[in-house]
Amino acid sequence: MSPLTGYLLLSAMIFSIGLAGALSRRNAILVLIGIELMLNAANLNFIAFCRYGPNPAALTGIMFTIFSIGIAAAEAAVGLGIILAVYRHTKNTDLDQMNSMKG
Amino acid sequence: MGLRNLIHCVLALTLGFVGLAMLYLELGAQFVGFTQILVYVGAVAILSVFAIMMTRSAGPNAEPALSASWISGLVVAGATFAVLAWAIISSNITTAASDQPEVSVKAIGNALMHNYAVPLEIMGLLLTAALIGAVIVAMPQEKAQ
Repeated sequence: MSPLTGYLLLSAMIFSIGLAGALSRRNAILVLIGIELMLNAANLNFIAFCRYGPNPAALTGIMFTIFSIGIAAAEAAVGLGIILAVYRHTKNTDLDQMNSMKG
Repeated sequence: MGLRNLIHCVLALTLGFVGLAMLYLELGAQFVGFTQILVYVGAVAILSVFAIMMTRSAGPNAEPALSASWISGLVVAGATFAVLAWAIISSNITTAASDQPEVSVKAIGNALMHNYAVPLEIMGLLLTAALIGAVIVAMPQEKAQ
């Protein structure tokens, strides 16, 4: 088993853990955290392929990862802001009880 | 992801982020590793803790932690992992075992300033817009008279 396979398997595992968390938790903050984990798994894939790919000096994977981290930070900020706004409306962060679109 | 206390969840997540940063360092991507520590461990985890604090959802609560459809969620996640692992293991990956020198921060800076200048500017604009938007969304709305 080559080291790249190990990294890819680890990345798939992180992605699945994030997916399980995002699909099965009640709290909205934890769903956001699961999405962050999935983004991190993608970043790990980029770095691993960049390192073991045919042309590691091209920096493409590293650039993509840097921009992806930036996007993830923006997503976390906006998501948590939306969660705070929803909490102010409904007084909880339980996703099973957020079933109306009208405040 | 199975912990009940939200603060414990975020602490475990921070530990996972640190581990990922160590993996990046091991893979020779120093800049990305340190960016990971700065952004995730420094910013996202703190932001999550603040959100948990402001929504008062910390501490043990009596409600079940998993949603009503958690079984299907776990099944979907397990199936995803199975498919991904099968694809990875069955694919014939040939790695060029190149012992490259570690990517220097200078090279990254040069690339950011030359080839990737426009994406960098767009990224700054997006981050500004996202932060302003987050503040506006989370701001307490004034009562309409």
